[in-house]
This record gives sequence, structure tokens and C-alpha cells, in this order.
Amino acid sequence: MPKDTSIQTVLIIGSGPIIIGQACEFDYSGSQAARSLREEGIKVVLVNSNPATIMTDPMMADKVYLLPLTVESIEQILSENKIDAVLPTMGGQTALNLCKEADELGVWEKFGVKLIGVDVAAIDTAEDREKFRQLMGRIGIKVAPSHVANSFLEGKEYAQQIGFPLVIRPSFTLGGTGGSFVHTKDELDAALERGLKASPIHEVLVEKAVLGWKEYELELLRDKNDNVVIICTVENVDPMGVHTGDSITVAPAMTLSDTAFQEMRNQAILMMRSLGNFAGGCNVQFALNPHNEEIIAVEINPRVSRSSALASKATGYPIAKIAAKLAIGYSLDELKNQITKTTSAYFEPALDYVIVKIPRWNFDKFKGANDTLGLQMKSVGEVMGIGRSFNEAIQKACQSLENEAVGLGYYGKSLMKSEEIIEYIKTPKWDRIFRIKDALMQGVTVKTIAQATGIDRWFIYQIAEICKIEKEIANYDLETLPESLLRMAKKEGFSDAQIAKILQGNTTDDAVYEKRKALGITRSYKIVDTCSAEFEAKTPYFYSTFEG
Amino acid sequence: MNQEQRPAILLLADGTVLYGFAFGKIGTTAGEICFNTGMTGYQEVFTDPSYAGQIIIMNNVHIGNYGVKSSDTESNSIKIKGLIGRNLEEQYSRYLAEASLQQYLEQNGIVAIEGVDTRALVTHIRTKGAMNCVISSEITDLNELKKVLDACVDMNGLELASTVSTTEIYEMGNPETASCKIAVIDYGVKHHILKNLEQRGAYLKVFPAKTPIATIQEMKPDGYFLSNGPGDPAAMPYAVETVKALLAENKPLFGICLGHQLLALANGIPTFKMHHGHRGLNHPVKNVITGKSEITTQNHGFGVEPNAVKAHPDIEITHINLNDESIEGIRLKNKPAFSVQYHPESTPGPHDSRYLFDDFIALVQQHKN
Repeated sequence: MPKDTSIQTVLIIGSGPIIIGQACEFDYSGSQAARSLREEGIKVVLVNSNPATIMTDPMMADKVYLLPLTVESIEQILSENKIDAVLPTMGGQTALNLCKEADELGVWEKFGVKLIGVDVAAIDTAEDREKFRQLMGRIGIKVAPSHVANSFLEGKEYAQQIGFPLVIRPSFTLGGTGGSFVHTKDELDAALERGLKASPIHEVLVEKAVLGWKEYELELLRDKNDNVVIICTVENVDPMGVHTGDSITVAPAMTLSDTAFQEMRNQAILMMRSLGNFAGGCNVQFALNPHNEEIIAVEINPRVSRSSALASKATGYPIAKIAAKLAIGYSLDELKNQITKTTSAYFEPALDYVIVKIPRWNFDKFKGANDTLGLQMKSVGEVMGIGRSFNEAIQKACQSLENEAVGLGYYGKSLMKSEEIIEYIKTPKWDRIFRIKDALMQGVTVKTIAQATGIDRWFIYQIAEICKIEKEIANYDLETLPESLLRMAKKEGFSDAQIAKILQGNTTDDAVYEKRKALGITRSYKIVDTCSAEFEAKTPYFYSTFEG
Repeated sequence: MNQEQRPAILLLADGTVLYGFAFGKIGTTAGEICFNTGMTGYQEVFTDPSYAGQIIIMNNVHIGNYGVKSSDTESNSIKIKGLIGRNLEEQYSRYLAEASLQQYLEQNGIVAIEGVDTRALVTHIRTKGAMNCVISSEITDLNELKKVLDACVDMNGLELASTVSTTEIYEMGNPETASCKIAVIDYGVKHHILKNLEQRGAYLKVFPAKTPIATIQEMKPDGYFLSNGPGDPAAMPYAVETVKALLAENKPLFGICLGHQLLALANGIPTFKMHHGHRGLNHPVKNVITGKSEITTQNHGFGVEPNAVKAHPDIEITHINLNDESIEGIRLKNKPAFSVQYHPESTPGPHDSRYLFDDFIALVQQHKN
């Protein structure tokens, strides 16, 4: 059954100012949604308080309101326009909160506006930790033991019941603001106070911390017929304990067996289907105990999220664009894959490359800020590297950080001794990945690093390969550098500047470039096509690599 | 990445040559080249008997990351003839794993090649179609390799099911407590298909592919199951005769993959060799009876002729592929028999289609009463 023809005009709510935890990804999703609806002949009215966005460009929507994101603004828009439906899932938590507030005041009802792509009860359940926990209990999904506390005393009592380490999570806050880990009793009071204060309803969740478990995120789409597909599985290199927005992440998941993945997939689908009745995107986070592969659900976001933008770029599957079509009544099996144009949109993308996302922090601009990573997101942006191996992708990502890193290594090279580095990497900080590489270069074992960081050994084995190649290159100067080694280094993501710095003697990236060009070691371009080359792609995008 | 970096060669029947590095056993192997787009479950794929005679390209760029584990298998040994990958990993990370991919391939005597531009290769196969190939980490002379390739038989017209079928009849489940008895005809059955039936309370007796019909019928089962398997279904007249005889009993019958093709052949519907087949974990299928869709696991290089299915008066189409509209499931209008081209046991793969085992057991119960 195609789209709902009663919907002629749709209001899209933007995400407001760019802040940590809610940045341009919602501009991307809002713009995609506007385009997607307009191509269906639907009139789009858009509201956002942030004029420095693509979505507020005059050509993006039929009518753009640059107004504060308040209920008064919504009422003004609704009285000036005949709006049939509102799509609040593209503007992050800000848009959802506004939508909810307007709903509670009966604004939507008063103007006869339908809420699409969302279910207010679903948002409530997902955002309210206690409701979430109860729902998970009802459907048989395991979560970390927890208790909601509305006062300081309650919080202390539950903390004693659950035991340390703990997480204090304030309800209804963005990007983990006000949350913290509590390892010992003397940290508890301050953490509780901070959490309660940060929550607009003076409520925190006291939760058992599953530190050291592996963390995964699944991006899902659901249509009105309850068809669900997993668009992307993202593995966090940093284990549980670091906010996903501050974690180095990889897609597809690298260290997940099919048995563990299917269990996660089943649980994610069950969670999404149990969470109200809406058509659109959704993000589910899981923690996995590496010792026995026990899985617990961490959270569910019933909307297009920060990670949907990454998943869209990582797979080529335009999540926001399709989510907007699902919101106006299409089902997934009626839509085409936007990249191949011939196959179905109801499928799960297959990747034949690796994506690595590295967050970008700006601690140098925030002197005195605590640079330890944890529950509260601190990064101000992120970079994404694509390669035909994890190493190529992570090196490309490092080169894109715009912080003088020419690859993994040769950036702010540590002068610490091995023992100091091992101690240093126990705490997640912005430069941990670089220090892990330093430790490997100094001969610290993969096992020791894995134990110190909780990072899966597989990633460290890979980085050890980078170190091996670097040490090998250091034996030569440009003249004597063997072709096979140069070829391998390029395949493993080494930049020309990086090779130039490692080589003996004085040489430049231009000289390395000339040498490899003469040897025919040049870039080839591969395609992000959603399907691992199984079908021909009509509108793909490209990435460069060194193969073929 | 292989530490030693011993060179290896891949030669395709159309003359294409690719160079890479040796992995697994040092040696030479030939078979039909095909690709699998799945991102998880390599061990289940390698041990799936339906891959007998085939050399697989894994599109996912890192294979071997989580090692191997004996419970993640579909049969007692690796069934693929060779493996092609971009990065085949010696180093793995999984607490529950028992060995590395390298050790596993060596133990099973499987030759592999890594460091290959698998994307270019897959694009080539997608365009040119399935063909034979040879991998070697010991022969470097292309003329010698050509000889090995020439000796490799064509998959079209090749009967392989009896080579991977059980040689002895065996049982699963408890006949005393089971709610029904199923006769499984093993053409290369995946272990988790049997598990799925057993978990639903069935007692199973598994018969070799070429078991005389009378021996199967002696069991007096409540239903029949036709398994998946390798090779060309059109080269299995013995199996078609068996299916015809079983259908004549009017007992519930369920077929998967090769079993689906055999059910079609027994009803006079021809099968054909596909251009390059469907192999992966993300194939969209619509159940046209319920209107619901499911993401399926697939592994087939042959299909049933769609026009013949549509023209058949006694056959109803139950499932279609949303990508290419190929026939994914059928049922007989006048008998309690149905089959699907894909793999509802889905090991590896999404569990969306496991309801088909429930449907089958329900059908068996209904006919028993």
C-alpha cells in the first residue's frame, strides 16, 4: 500500500544550535528528509532556530521559519499554515522534546496535526530509564541492574544495593550530560548531586557499570507493516565506559561471530517492535561480555540519531531519506535501493570495506577541561576513513584529523617509558590510540595493552602490523626502500608524508610520491554501493585505495 | 595478514590471472568460483555441504577475526574447495574460540589465497558469470595451472549430493517422547536444519541420498524433509523419482534449496543454472501469502524456471525475491507439500524465516490427527 494521501504538508523540526552531542548530523538528516518528502510532491515547512544550516537554505523547503524552538513558535506556524503532519524524528532530542511538550499542551490536536514517524509514548519509554527497564523486563531482554532515584538519599540506598562500579545517569539530558562513573564509595556523593542537578526532573538512574564489556550499535529501519532491517552494525573500539560519541568506532563489526550478532539482531528487532507504533529509524546499543558472550541492552533511540548519519555514509544507505518515506506510509518492500535503483530498499547492506570513525576533540581550546573520556560526550566532530582493511581505514582517519597526524603515529610522539604508557592508556583520553601505538613500538605485548585498555585484542594485532611495517621502513632510505615494502605500506594506509618521516635521511612526501608513481603504485577508486559489488550501482560514491 | 607472504596464484577459466599470498594449506585446488556477501558466519559457510565443489570469494574484507569454534559448524568438515579473501586473518580474538582460521584450513587441507582485489574479482564474476578457477601456492607455471583447470569438471550437469550425503542412516531426537517422526533425505543437509526440526519436538531419521524408496517408507514417518545440497538438480533423476514416490503418499513434505528444486522437478518444472547465483545473508524475500517480508540467507547457483511455475495448474507461488522477482517458495495446491529456495535455518544469517519450521511441524501435526 503506497503513501498516505491525506498528508499534503509536513512540518519538519530542526535541532537548533550546534552543541556537543548534537551537531550537523541533524542538519544532514533534516535536509535529506525535506528532499525526500518534496520528491513525493509533499509541501515541506521547516522550523529551526539555527540559520547556519543547509536545511534552512531557501531551496530546501517550501517555507522556512527561523524561530526559537518553542511551543509558541509551533503555534504560530500552525496558525499560519495548513499543516497535516509533523515529522519530529529528524531533529535529534531537541525536536523530540519540543514535539512532546507541544503534545502535552494539546497543540497538535488543536490544529489537527498528525505525528508521523514517531510515537510519543515510545519516546517516553526510551528516555525514561525506569520505563525502559520495565519494558525490557516484560519482553525478556536483559539490562544492567539499576534503580531510579529521585533524591540523594534514595540514590545512596540503591548504590549500596547494586554495588560498585556504578553509573549515575540523569534522566532527560543530552549527550550524557551530568552522568558519571562511580568506582568507590567516596566518589558517590558528588556524582549523585551532579546527576540530580543535571536532570530537568531531578531524577537519576543508579546502574551497575559493565566496564570492559564490548559495545555495539545497530541501526534499524521499521515500516508500518513491522518489517525491520538492520542497516549497519557498528563496533566500538573503546569498550563500555566511553560515550559512543567519543569512541573510535568501526563498521562493519569486526569481532562479532554470527551467533552473537544474530542474538543481537533478534533482540534489537524485538525491542523496536515492542516500542510503540512508528515507522522510521531507530538505534539500539548493546554491551557484550567477551568472556561468555552474554548480551545486555544499553539503550534504544527511536529516532534518526547521530550514528544514523555515520551509518548512512558507511553503508551508502540513506537512512533519513528512507525514514521520511516510511513516515508518510510507504513500506520498505515498495521502495527501491537508492544506490542500485534496481533492487529493493528492503535489504541489509553488505560492506566490502572497513569504516573507521575517530572523534575530534578540541581540548587545546578548552584549557583546564578534564580530558578523560567517559559518559559525557566531549568531542566536537568526527572523521571517517574508508579502506580495504582496518589499518588502511584507521590510518586514513588519523590523517584526516587535521592535527598534524600523518597516520597512526608520528604525532605528539610520547617520551614516556613503557611502564608509564601502560599506566597512561588505562584511562581513556583523546590520544589513547596514538599511545597504544607508541607502546607497541616499544615492544609492549598485545596482551598487556588489551588488559590495560579493555580494547579487543584483534584491533591491537592490526595496529601491531602497522608498527611492524613502520620498523621495516625505518631500515631504509628512499633510495633503498624496496618496492614490495612501499606497496605494502601504501596498502596499509601509510601516507607519503608518513613514509617520508619514517625513512632514514632527509626526504619529503613529494619525493616518496615521485618514487611510487614511477613504480606504478597509484590510487585506485572503489565504490560504496550498499551491496559488496553484487549489483551494479547507479549513484554510488567513491573512495581511494591502493589495490588493483 | 599472512606473516610469511608466500606468493599464490588464482587463474580463472577465462584466462584472468590474479596474484596474492598463500593462506591455509600449501597446495593447488580447483573448483567453481562464487562469492558470498555475508559479513558474519564464515565458519558456517565453509562447512555448508551445499558449497561442495566451489571456491568461495568472501566479499567481507577481514575473515578469520574471531577464529573458529566447533559449535559454529554445519557439518563435520570444511566443504568448500578453496577460499579467496582480501585479508585472511591468522590472529583472532574470541574467548570461546578454539583455533585460528589458518589452523582450521590446514587441518582440513584447504588451500586459500589472500591479498586479492576481491572487489574487482566479484565485479568480474558478476559480469562474466560463474566459471571454474584454480588456486595454487605451489605451481607458478600458468600452463601447468591451465592443465589442472582443464581437468576440473563443469558444475552444469554435475551430481554432487551423493558425495556429501551421509553414508549411514542415523537418528536424532527421542522417538518415545517426540511429537512427530520425520524422514530426512540427506543431499548434504546442514546441521542446523536438523537442529531446528529437533528443537520443535521432531524425531528424525536421516537417510542417504540414494536410499531405496521402500527403505525410507518402512519408517512410516509423519512427514518428509528434502534437504539442501550441492550440484545440479537436473543431474539427479534418482532423487526426482524418490520425491515423486514420497509425494504419492500425500504426507506433509518440506524442501529447502536443492530440496525445493527437486520438488519442482518432480512436478515437471525444469531448473536452470543461474548466471552467478545468490549467496549471502541479506536477500529480501516477500511472503506473498502474508504480505510480510523477510531477510534471508541464500546459497544457490541453480533456480526453478519461473514461467513453468506460473503456468503450472497445481502450484502456487508463496515467496518471491524482491530484488529480481525470482521464485523463492512454492506450495502444491493438491498436496501438503511446500518448499523454499532460501535457507530458513539461517546459519549464518537472520532468523526471520524460522517460522517455516513451525509451519512444517504444524502441518505434520495436523495431518497426523
